[in-house]
Parts: sequence; structure tokens; C-alpha cells
Amino acid sequence: MKKLQKSNLQSVSGSALPYIVVVAAFFIVTLLQKSGNLEQHMQGMLVPVCCYIVMALSLNLTVGIMGELSIGHAGFMSLGAFSGVVASQSLIDAVPNTALRLALSIACGACVAAVGGFLIGLPVLRLRGDYLAIVTLAFGEIIRDIITCLIVGHDKNGLHILFNFRGTKTVADLELVEGGLPIIKGAQGAIGTTKISSFGAGVILILIALFIILNFIKSRTGRAVIAIRDNRIAAESVGVEVMKNKMIAFVISTTLAGAAGALYGLNYTSLAADKFDFNKSILVLVFVVLGGLGNMLGSIISATVLTLLPEVLRGFDQYRMLIYAIVLILVMLATNSPKMKALLQKLLQDVKTLLFKAVPKRKSEGEV
Amino acid sequence: MKKFTKIIALVLCFALIAAFAACAKDGGSETAAPAGDETAAPAGDETAAPAADGEAFKIGLVGPLTGPAAIYGNAAKNGAQIAVDEINAKGGIQFAYQAQDDEHDAEKSVNAYNTLVDWGMQALVGPITTTPAVAVSAEAANDRIFCLTPSASSTDVIDGKDNMFQVCFTDPNQGTASADYIAENLAGKSVAVIYRNDDAYSQGIRDTFVKEAEAKGIDVVYEGTFTDATSTDFSVQLTEAQSKNAEVVFLPIYYTPASVILKQAADMDYAPTFFGVDGMDGILTVEGFDTSLAEGVMLLTPFSADDPNAKDFVDAYQAAYGEVPNQFAADAYDAVYIIYQALQNAGCTPDMAAADICEALVAQMATITVDGLTGQGMTWDESGAVSKAPMAVVIKDGAYVTP
Amino acid sequence: MIVFLSHLINGLSLGSVYAIIALGYTMVYGIAKMLNFAHGDVIMVGGYISYILMFNLGMPWWVALLAAMLVCTLLGVLIEGFAYRPLRAAPSLAVLITAIGVSYLLQNSALLIWKSNPKSYPSIIEGSLMLIKGETASDSLSVTYISLMTVGACVIIMVGLTLFTSNTKMGKAMRACSEDKGAAQLMGINVNKTISVTFAIGSALAAVAGVLMCSSYPTLSPTTGSMPGIKAFTAAVFGGIGSIPGAFLGGLLIGLIESFAKAYVSTQLANTIVFAVLIIVLLIRPAGLLGKYVPEKV
Repeated sequence: MKKLQKSNLQSVSGSALPYIVVVAAFFIVTLLQKSGNLEQHMQGMLVPVCCYIVMALSLNLTVGIMGELSIGHAGFMSLGAFSGVVASQSLIDAVPNTALRLALSIACGACVAAVGGFLIGLPVLRLRGDYLAIVTLAFGEIIRDIITCLIVGHDKNGLHILFNFRGTKTVADLELVEGGLPIIKGAQGAIGTTKISSFGAGVILILIALFIILNFIKSRTGRAVIAIRDNRIAAESVGVEVMKNKMIAFVISTTLAGAAGALYGLNYTSLAADKFDFNKSILVLVFVVLGGLGNMLGSIISATVLTLLPEVLRGFDQYRMLIYAIVLILVMLATNSPKMKALLQKLLQDVKTLLFKAVPKRKSEGEV
Repeated sequence: MKKFTKIIALVLCFALIAAFAACAKDGGSETAAPAGDETAAPAGDETAAPAADGEAFKIGLVGPLTGPAAIYGNAAKNGAQIAVDEINAKGGIQFAYQAQDDEHDAEKSVNAYNTLVDWGMQALVGPITTTPAVAVSAEAANDRIFCLTPSASSTDVIDGKDNMFQVCFTDPNQGTASADYIAENLAGKSVAVIYRNDDAYSQGIRDTFVKEAEAKGIDVVYEGTFTDATSTDFSVQLTEAQSKNAEVVFLPIYYTPASVILKQAADMDYAPTFFGVDGMDGILTVEGFDTSLAEGVMLLTPFSADDPNAKDFVDAYQAAYGEVPNQFAADAYDAVYIIYQALQNAGCTPDMAAADICEALVAQMATITVDGLTGQGMTWDESGAVSKAPMAVVIKDGAYVTP
Repeated sequence: MIVFLSHLINGLSLGSVYAIIALGYTMVYGIAKMLNFAHGDVIMVGGYISYILMFNLGMPWWVALLAAMLVCTLLGVLIEGFAYRPLRAAPSLAVLITAIGVSYLLQNSALLIWKSNPKSYPSIIEGSLMLIKGETASDSLSVTYISLMTVGACVIIMVGLTLFTSNTKMGKAMRACSEDKGAAQLMGINVNKTISVTFAIGSALAAVAGVLMCSSYPTLSPTTGSMPGIKAFTAAVFGGIGSIPGAFLGGLLIGLIESFAKAYVSTQLANTIVFAVLIIVLLIRPAGLLGKYVPEKV
């Protein structure tokens, strides 16, 4: 099983296919947008889809390549989002150019998430399996709670940060001077952020993430991490440093999550910390698992499809999430149960023969 | 395995293409056909099929219809539906109405809003909750679509946007009013505050309440907080409040956690005067709640389901949805009527562009006066905040009584 | 002192609820080796079933409890049979995602069936026992009967489960499956049946937890089960997942820590403190408080 996964992974990482798909998708979407054929609903989804793709890629590095289950990834997204928002709002006067400010904010979000990843990695990476999973979950919740306690504002004297320990402080306690700008209002989250994210920036971020991850996998450290995943004891016995290599992979993963978070945070004028909870982590994990562990192209596709799916299902109103749940269960059963697999393969075969017969028919219909 | 992964990738690819195809406009036939289908589906069977394009104003609603905040969104959705049905039955101005789910999430709310814009929405009732409202109001200010939120009460919602208005009180307004009321009518009593500090609404009211309390010399002996994740157990906060001998407990929170607080306080023989704000309205309608526990609870609320003026609405709501409407439903009901009246006054026609309607409505809002279920003689200032008088009531024998 | 004691009682009562849920988690994990994220939602279903029987149909509470246990048992077995059994050989991640899917499915079905309006749950036993009688209400210490009942039920269930797994034939089969499924099958144990029984017991416990939890913390909505589910999962890991006394101990400790953190540190950060303690414990004892550390075989 693991061997197969690995060969699968090598075949994908070896090719330039993911890049081509992303660039092609970018051109198609831009073309649709320019020709006015893209609904506002879809246009609004472009940036979040990019963010989720980067999140899925980054989590795939932890879960797929490193083989460790993390269910607190939204915490790093949250770190990146809020530090990105703080950076962007503080630099509003200093850096009027939005593209440059966006880049700086994303870099800032990535750095904060990297530091967070390192600090959290120290205890987390010592644990294994389900214990590691629960600790990442715990950290995700802790990050969420701590950001809920933060009150941040910026004025000409610099950045003011308050930690609202007993919940009795407010923005007024920041004592901002005239012209100051409250950025994070504790529980209310970041409100009044200037929107600067763009689809172009999202695509560039995806390409950077792909470049970093695909090259990392091929690097010495990347190969060491894969060796540790496949057989930790064997890898250790030939002198691979487990902690160091894992830490590098984990920090890269959290850095990318932070960058994705910053892009996400700067796409909305309001952002609440409680949205980066356990459910969001699970959402991203579902992208990774459905896309295929270690399969970067798979992550890109499944993140796109699964982000769009609930939106496409809007017509079904309240049955939407129910359908989503059923689709999720069925896809997992279909891809993992031996019986269902055989059944599905047979079905696909039938569809294939049917499709080939049906193609000419459809053409003639189109002409009419 | 490998082959299989490929097949799955292929299937996902197809799904992706299908998704894009479904969402991208197909040429000229973009409005009429989908609009008809889509309204019919979410609205269920209550509405008569709305008139075709250009004959009815398209009113959208964005609110949490699923997820933990679903109760507020669904109440507003149903309340607005009743108003739309009534207005359509009158003849004259006709409304086509569609509600979209935002799961109380900024991201989803923008998606929901964009879906409605694609549908051709001309005025928005919503969003229902604060965080989504802030996110959507920025988009709507950009697109020039008129917004009237029934219940997003933070001042951040209306700050800096000329086309965003509120039906509910702003948070500062309520906090100050509550402190003033307590200072006047419950003078000299020590007060404890229990509030939810990961909620903009609750935190906002608490902030202004404490500020005003200080100014009025009210003795706040204890402040307890809770979050969404800890909103089922208040034994700790109540024990603390009790040990500090608080005689009044101020609860700037929604009625679901309040019902838990009342029950747990009764279990521990702690009987202070509980004082709530508009979020407390609805406590008598919680299914299974022993209303005798709420005896003596005071609250400031703009709406009371026992109000004779509201009888028709309450009856219609109960007939359609089988429950007593809360303040969210009433706010949304009023919102639709406010838009109705403003449209009428401005003489708008359904074939006008959303941006033109927006300008006309914004101009109307400065002069209009509306008598609604949630307040008589409601007027709006330039910021978008409403001006109406809050009403203090006491619960007696399971009903609101003016003290 | 009185205040401290009442926080202690609050903590024990909360902890017992967590412990009952954690016992269900731990049973399933120990045998099926899967994190059953849908467990919290089975609690919610149990709460609704008993609510309908008690409040809408006016049945006595014990009938409601039994009926809820029955329905949840069936539900548990059905979920296991349809969603988890086909994935017995699949990687654990696939099972985890399926469990999450089942959790979403239950929550959203509940939303459609019972609507989003939270219900106020009538306590199955009213009243409280006065322990220390003081001058005023704030000087006296009392404990509600429902808290006593929760703690009692928790101890009985823990002892019962321990006896069951160590003495009965089915219990022994469970332990065998937990050690090595392949070997157990070779010894003539029906692994599928054993796992089904485990799910049945776990779900019945969830129903009990649902009734007791809703009685103490009287609100019931489609998302009622998710946070206690996560907390109980934490409790199970805290005590050493797979260990029955561990889940009991973990649940009580998490409840106490949460209660005291809320009272003496910060209500805001109560969850943070709970999780921080969990992390520290796991760093010192990687398999939890009472968990067995299994060295890796090469």
C-alpha cells in the first residue's frame, strides 16, 4: 500500500502537470471573467478557493508526505490571517501600493505561522499517531481561544496590543491617539479590514506553494521525511535525524498555511477567530484525503471541487449540508471499500462503453 | 491503487468542469429561467410563484439557516416570508423573495450575497448576524445595493456605509438604556454581569453597560464570561455571583443560554432579579422551558409576542411554522415593510437598476417614519442607526407585563 | 470554602458526564482502533429521543431513557454496519473522514427533523440535597440530585464495564480483538460481531450520557453533542485511550480542571487550560495517565 502511494507520488511530482493545470485554470477563469461570462457568485469564490488549495497543499505535506495526522491546521491559518490583517492595516499609510502591501502582509502571516509551527512542533512531533492528532486539535483550539482574547490597534505611536485575560477590556483600553485604527477587537475579531486580496495573488501563491513542496519532496530532507514515514526505525538506524527533518517539513507546512490564511483574512472586511475551529481543520483534511495522500494535483482538484460543491448545491437549500455529508461518506466508501471499488470499476467500464457510443449522438444533437 | 486514484482524479475533474459549467452564465438566457427555479426551491411551498422579471422587486435575505446560529436566520427568513406574502396579497408592489444561507460565516455570507446579486436582487434584508453583516456590507457598499439588516446590531455594521441601515437598536444604545433603567428602578442593588465574550452583540452591550454603570454609580460586583463552547454550564459563574451577593444579574445574551442560567440558578436556590436585553425575548417560547423559572425576569425589548398590534403576525407565523415568533422574526418582518414603504414613497418600479433603487431608498430613509412591530415611529439618522424607544417589561405568569 | 466546595461539586458533576461519554469513546477505540467522531452526535440523538418521549408524550423518565438507549444502540450498530464495516481494511484516515461524514449527516438530519430552535430539557429529577445549611443561600452548600445521579451512574457504568470486559465471554473476545484481530479470528472469535456489540454498548452509553447531560445542562440543539464529544475524546486520551478506568479518571479530571479554571483563572481560557494540561500530560506520559505504552516491534 505504502509503496504504491510512493510510486504514485513520484510519478506526479516528476511531471509539471500541477503547474500546467493551475496556469491553465488561471487563464480560463481570467478569460471568462474578462468576457463577462463569470457570475459574481463565482468571482467571489476565486480567492477563497485559492486559499483552500494552498491550505490543502500545505496539509498534504504534513499528512501525505510526513504521514502525521494533524487536525489543528486551521489554527495556523488563523495565525497567518490575523497577523496578515494586522500587518496590512498597520502599513496602510506607509505602503499605499496594495500589491506590495499584500505581499508584505502575506510574508508577515507566513513568518508568524512559521514561528508558531516551530513552537508547537517541538512538543507535537515527539508524539505519534492518534496522540499527535489530539494534540494538534488541542493547539488549534488554544490558538483560537488566545486570538479571541487579543485586542490590537495601531496609531502613530506604533502597534498597541492588549491581552484580554478576564474578558473585561475593550478597544477603549488601547488608548489609541487621534487617528488610530483598531484592528482586532477581541471576540469580534478583525473588523473593518481593507480588502486587498486578489485572484492573481492567489494563483501566484498556489504556484509558489507547489514549487516549494514539489522541490522539497525531491530534496534530501524531503526524501528523509518520506523514509521516516515509511519506516521510522529503519530510517533512524541509517542515521536519518527524525526530529530535525520532521520539524523542517512541519514548519514549511505551517508557513504555507499562514500565507494562505493571510490571503484569506485580507479578502474579507470582517474575520472572527471562532471560524478557524476544529471544523475548518477537518474541512481541509477532507480535501487532502479525498485528493489522495501525497498527491498534490489531487489536493488542488479536490479543494476546488469541495469548496464549490456546497455553493453549487445552494439550490437544494437546507438539504445542502446533508447532501455534502452523504457525498463524503459515499466517496470514502467507494474509494476504500474493496467491494465498492470493484462495483465502481465495473460501472466505470459500462459508462465508458456507453460514452463512446453516445458521443456521435450528442454531436448531432448539438447541430440541431 | 494507482490506476484507481487516476480514475478518481478523472471523476473529480469532470465534477469540477460540471461545477464551473453550472455556475458560469450561459450567454443571454441568464436571468429569467434560473430566477424562477431558484425562488421556487428555497421558498418552499408558501409563496405563490413570484411574477416574472421586471414585475416584482427582488428582495434577498442572507442569514444562518444551518449551523449553530440557525435559529436566528430561520426566524428572520420566516418573518420576512410572512411580510412578503402579505404584501403580495395586497396587490400593488410585488416582491420576489429568496433567502440564502451564510452559516454565520463571513466567507459564506459573501458567497450567499453574490448568489443573490446574480439572481438580480434589488434590496437586501440582512445579514442577520454581525460578523457576516460587516463583510457583506462592504461588498454591498461597493455594488450599490440597499441593505437593511434586521438584527446585526453592532455599530461596525453601519459605520462608513451610507446604504446600510438597521432595524434593531445598536449595542451601545441598549447597554446605556439598561444601565439607566437599573440605576433608576433598582437603585442601590449590587449587579453581576454574565455575558458571552466571543459574541460581538453580547460584548458590545456589556462594554457600554459597564461604562454607563460606572457613570451612574451602579455597583458591579462580578463579571462572568462564557464562550460558545462553554454556553451549556453556568454553575461556576452563578456560584461566584451568588457568593458576591449580587442582587441583580444583568444578562446581555440570547435567550437560549439565558434559559440555562435561569434553570441552574433555580437549582441552586439563587434568586436575584435577572435583567435582560432584546436577545432575551423568546425565552418564554423555548420548547420544554418551565416558564415559572422566568417569573420576575425584567427585559428591555422592542418586541413582544403578546402585543395586540402583533397579533396578526403572531397568528400567521404560528399557522405557518408552528412556533411563536421571536424578535428576529419581527425585525425581519418590519424590515420588509420598511423597504415596502420606502419603495412606495420613492415611487420605484421593479424594472429599475439596483443601484438606482439604492439611491432612491437611501434618500427615503432620512425622511421616512415607520410604525412596525418592533417600535412605533421608527426613524433613521444618517449613520443608518434606528431611533425607537425600548420598552421595559417584566415577566409575570408567563407573559410580559409593563411594570 | 463553601464556594470552593461548590466548584468541586460542579466539576465532579461535569466530569462524570465527560467520563460516561469518554467510556463509550474508549471502548470503541480500544477494539475498532478508530476515532468515532460521530459519538457526540449519537448523544444528541439520545437527547432528542428521550426529550420527545418525556416532554411530548409524557412518559416517565426511565421509559424515555430505555427507549433512547434502544434507538441509539440500533443507530450505533447501523452506522457501524453501513459506514465503518466496509472500511475495516482501509487506512485509518479513510475511516476518520467517514466518521466525520457520519457526524455531519447526523447533525444535519437532526436540523431537518427537529429544527434549529434549541429545546429546554426537563430535568429527570428535580431538587437538591442540602449538605451544609447556612444563614443565607450563599452560605449553604447543596448538591442537586441529578448531579448525584450522574456521578453514581458513572461509577456503576465504569465498574460494570470493567467486570464485563474481564469476566464475560464477550468481554474476553473484545479484549482479544483489541490485542490482535487476526489472531482472535484464528481462535474462532467472530470479529465483526464483537465490534458490532462494542458499538452497541458504546452507543447505549451515549444515550445515557445524553439524558444525564441534558438534565444537568438543560439545552438541546442539533449541535449539542459536538463540543462534549471533543472534550470527552480529550478525556479519553488524557486517561489513556482504550483504558476503561483511564476514561473514568480522565473525564473526572477534565471536568474538575475546567470548573476550577473557570472559577479561579479565566472563563475565557477554560478550554485553553484544559487542552494545555492535556498536552503537558501527553508529553510526560505519551500514552495518557493509565494507558499502556506499547513499544514498537521491529
